[in-house]
Amino acid sequence: MQDRKLDGIVLRTQGLGKQVSSPEGQLTILDDVDLEIRAGESVALVGPSGAGKTTLLALLAGLDQPSRGQVWLCGEDLTTLDEDGRARLRGRRVGFVFQSFHLVPSLTALENVMLPLELAGRADAAVRAREVLDAVGLTSRLSHYPKQLSGGEKQRVAIARAFVTRPEVLFADEPTGNLDTASGERVADLLFGLNRQARTTLVLVTHERDLARRCDRVIEIVAGRLVT
Amino acid sequence: MKTLAWALRSLARDLRAGELTVLVAAVVVAVTAITAVGFFTDRVARAIRQQASAVLAADLVIRSPEPVARVFLDEAHALGLRTAEAIAFPSVVLAGDEASSLATIEGVGAGYPLRGEIRVSTQMFGTTTVADGVPARGEAWAEPGLLGQLGVDVGAAVQVGTRTLVITRVLEYQPDQNPGFANLAPSLLVNIDDVAEMDVIRPGSRVTFRQLYAGEEAALAGFRARVGPRLGSEAAFRDQKDAGEQINAAIDRAQGFLTLASLVTVVLAAVATAMAARLYALRHLDTVALMKSMGATQVFIERSSLAQLIAIVLGTSLAGSVLGYAAQGVLARLSVGLLQIELPPSTVTPAWLGVLTSTTVVIGFALPHLWALKRTPPLRVLRHDLPPPALATGVTYAIALGALFGMIYAIVRDLKLVGVVVGGLLALACLAGLAGFGLVRLAARFRGVAGVAWRYGIANISRRGGESVIQIVGFGLGLMVLLLLTVVRTDLLAAWQRTIPPDAPNYFLINIDPPSWPALRKFIEGELGGRPSALPFIRGRLIAIGGIPVQDLAITDPQGLSFIRREQNITWTAELPASNAVRAGTWWGAGHRGEPQVSLEEGVARGLGVSVGDTLTFNVGGEEFTAPVTSIRHVQWDSFAPNFYLMLSPGLAEELPQTYIASFYVAPEKRRLLNSLVRQFPGVTVFDLEAILAQVRMIVDRASAAVQYVFLFTLLAGVMVLLAAVQVTRDERRFESAILRALGADRRTILQGVAAEFTTLGALAGALAAFGATAIGLVLAERVFDLEFRISPWLWPAGLLFGSALVGLTGTLATRKAVNESPVVTLREA
Ligand SMILES: Nc1ncnc2c1ncn2[C@@H]1O[C@H](COP(=O)(O)OP(=O)(O)OP(=O)(O)O)[C@@H](O)[C@H]1O
Ligand SMILES: [Mg+2]
Repeated sequence: MQDRKLDGIVLRTQGLGKQVSSPEGQLTILDDVDLEIRAGESVALVGPSGAGKTTLLALLAGLDQPSRGQVWLCGEDLTTLDEDGRARLRGRRVGFVFQSFHLVPSLTALENVMLPLELAGRADAAVRAREVLDAVGLTSRLSHYPKQLSGGEKQRVAIARAFVTRPEVLFADEPTGNLDTASGERVADLLFGLNRQARTTLVLVTHERDLARRCDRVIEIVAGRLVT
Repeated sequence: MKTLAWALRSLARDLRAGELTVLVAAVVVAVTAITAVGFFTDRVARAIRQQASAVLAADLVIRSPEPVARVFLDEAHALGLRTAEAIAFPSVVLAGDEASSLATIEGVGAGYPLRGEIRVSTQMFGTTTVADGVPARGEAWAEPGLLGQLGVDVGAAVQVGTRTLVITRVLEYQPDQNPGFANLAPSLLVNIDDVAEMDVIRPGSRVTFRQLYAGEEAALAGFRARVGPRLGSEAAFRDQKDAGEQINAAIDRAQGFLTLASLVTVVLAAVATAMAARLYALRHLDTVALMKSMGATQVFIERSSLAQLIAIVLGTSLAGSVLGYAAQGVLARLSVGLLQIELPPSTVTPAWLGVLTSTTVVIGFALPHLWALKRTPPLRVLRHDLPPPALATGVTYAIALGALFGMIYAIVRDLKLVGVVVGGLLALACLAGLAGFGLVRLAARFRGVAGVAWRYGIANISRRGGESVIQIVGFGLGLMVLLLLTVVRTDLLAAWQRTIPPDAPNYFLINIDPPSWPALRKFIEGELGGRPSALPFIRGRLIAIGGIPVQDLAITDPQGLSFIRREQNITWTAELPASNAVRAGTWWGAGHRGEPQVSLEEGVARGLGVSVGDTLTFNVGGEEFTAPVTSIRHVQWDSFAPNFYLMLSPGLAEELPQTYIASFYVAPEKRRLLNSLVRQFPGVTVFDLEAILAQVRMIVDRASAAVQYVFLFTLLAGVMVLLAAVQVTRDERRFESAILRALGADRRTILQGVAAEFTTLGALAGALAAFGATAIGLVLAERVFDLEFRISPWLWPAGLLFGSALVGLTGTLATRKAVNESPVVTLREA
């Protein structure tokens, strides 16, 4: 297997499939997905509800295991790694932004952003986190708890948290789904700004045409299959 | 290092956010309770043991048939101990020309008694006062029995050997008596310096030399260790443990009650901790999933959980021990007036109990839940509905309970007590779980019956399912302990106090000549108003077990040794006396005749290594006979009825020369008439048990008072369980009520629904708790404390009412804040 990073491909799948067992028997929710995403690229995964977008995102990030096929993330075959191996890889290379923010309620904004750095054992966590919170325009909100922040502010904290480790790939599942247009706009600006500045690969799932249109590439999924 | 730093930092954050409040509070309560009870019990137990010292006249006594080396006294002084000497021997006492009687001459030196007091009066059966010192030289204090036999009163001169003494006091009570009435003759107390001048001690005389010691426990232990090996084969130590079976039985029970209190506290705190940890784990599933998505490995989560728990153990041990120490100080100060005894200062030993408790509770009951967290699938960050990993399973709980059981056993060392309590709580928990499932099922069908609030509340019970079951178990356990502590506790203590009825025999008569018994009996029933019960007895020595002479047997047990060294009182009876219970073998039937059989007291049987089926050979007045042991008895020593180590089946022994022993109660106002009894039946020896009776009554009363205080902590632990149980559904409730209010329901309706739900849970838990409290109370009384227990008729209604009211109220109050909170705040929370 040649080194994928050399030709600038950070994510690649081959024959990727996911089946789950349900009361009605085996259910194929993702079938034979082949794709390649280059470093620094921004990609939108779109498709109707229930099409398998979140499922694909989870497989790409190594949060879940495929039933069939392979995924390479930053040159490593995820299917050969165990859960801890995938976690370590995520810790080094991956950031997440979620639709429902997932801030830890008992931590302040600053502490939430420090979290991944602390987990990585970085001594400069507080300094770095403050810088990134500055960058997303939340300098005055450092010691606020999630419940004291608006949805847009929470998502900006989440973006700061995702970027603070300077990941190579950032996954976002409907990052603007819970936000009004203006806040969503601001969040999108941030995401694409950072994508450009840090050459971070952006993989986002969205229902919003405007957001999808700002991406370099749009991949459409219908009923678990890529539409080409 | 990185893991540790992270673990401590995130622990601090969780503490700050209140995520760990209930868990930490539960563990701190457990540690506080166990150390406070430990510190306090330690002090009370030692204070009670000092009471036993009062009976012994010292903390430690060396007894020997030979003079005891005087260097021991000097060594004791060097260690800061107080000492006194005493000599006892039988001798004839002469009064005038014709009156004479056998007496036990007790020569006592300055300082005697070191503990307790001698009580005297200036005339026969007059008012008693505490003696000031010992008899002066040339003076003697005589027991009423001796005065009766000699036919003299205070002021008379008596002669012992070549020495003439003037009787200046009636000796009403003297400590250091052997309540087993080994010395049959009444006492004459004299100054030890007069003994030599009597010139009656010859080689071969039956003399007991005693050295008495009192002082600090550590000094006593040191002294004992140094002197022990040089004592010689004839001399022996006696300490509080030898103070007499009655006192020991009372002390044992007192300690049992106190231990029970701490035991229940620990179990409850463990339950509260498990519930709190489970809640904590559930609340942290998302955080762990998030951490995993950020690169945290299972090992990392595992280690950091462990580090956090260790930090919690250390913190709670420290905080709990300090609080426990402070609490026992308050407890001691509170109880001084009530206990009327001065408590010795506490030792630090109980502090390690705190660490042990915290470790067992946290590692056993919190760790399994947190351990399971590492298995949280990281996919949960994207799919919130993903099922959480199974938290603690039955297996982990079984292990935790095993650890808890082990720890409690290590402290209590009473398998039966631990078994009853842990088993009882466990059984109730299972029962509550089953009943909970039943209720959840039933509630599902119950919809649409009552009003909106009830419908909503009861529907909630079935909807919450597992959560409701957990709550019922928690409420059931909490309430059961509250009931045990309110209703059953008083019943148990009352039963304990009833073991010594107001008319417990306070006088024993021995040396009753069988032909004179009918007349004596008439006298006791007529003049004294007593209802005497009499048993025949003989004195004999055990000479062989299974045909092997006792001196050839390797008996090392002190009780066994002292048993074979002395003549024993042996009785025979067809019926098993009420204060005895057969523990092994069978009691001979009422109509048994024929080959003789022996029944042995369990302590002696253990000491001798004898079991049912072994044969014993006795020498009674020169005649030997052999009989098989057919039963082993438990004797309730504090019953104050005449009790015997050895009992024979009727038949054989009746042929032997025998006397009767009788016991009866004499009211204080009739005590003076004993004087004429002694004069009318001069051969009879009167034993006054009032003093021992009073001593035991005092121990029972004071220990009951101490137990009341100690149970306060158990109460607190019970409240912690209730609190933890209420918390189980708190988050859900907040969210639900926010949604319901957002949908237009008013606060009152929601609160009524909550109240209905908790009241129903409380009623069921209360009924279960009443059942459990009754069962545990019954088993405790009959199996552990040997008491006759009457079930309070209030238990069931109290359980139901108390349960529904308490749980309904606390549950509603605890949820009120959540319901009152603006729904916006709740729904906005991350
Ligand atoms: N563990 C599972 N068990 C059963 N069905 C599942 C499971 N996970 C996903 N599915 C099903 O697979 C399909 C794809 O789900 P997925 O969440 O990937 O869709 P999506 O494209 O993200 O939809 P949406 O736009 O609504 O978020 C859905 O029908 C979903 O119900
Ligand atoms: Mg989705």
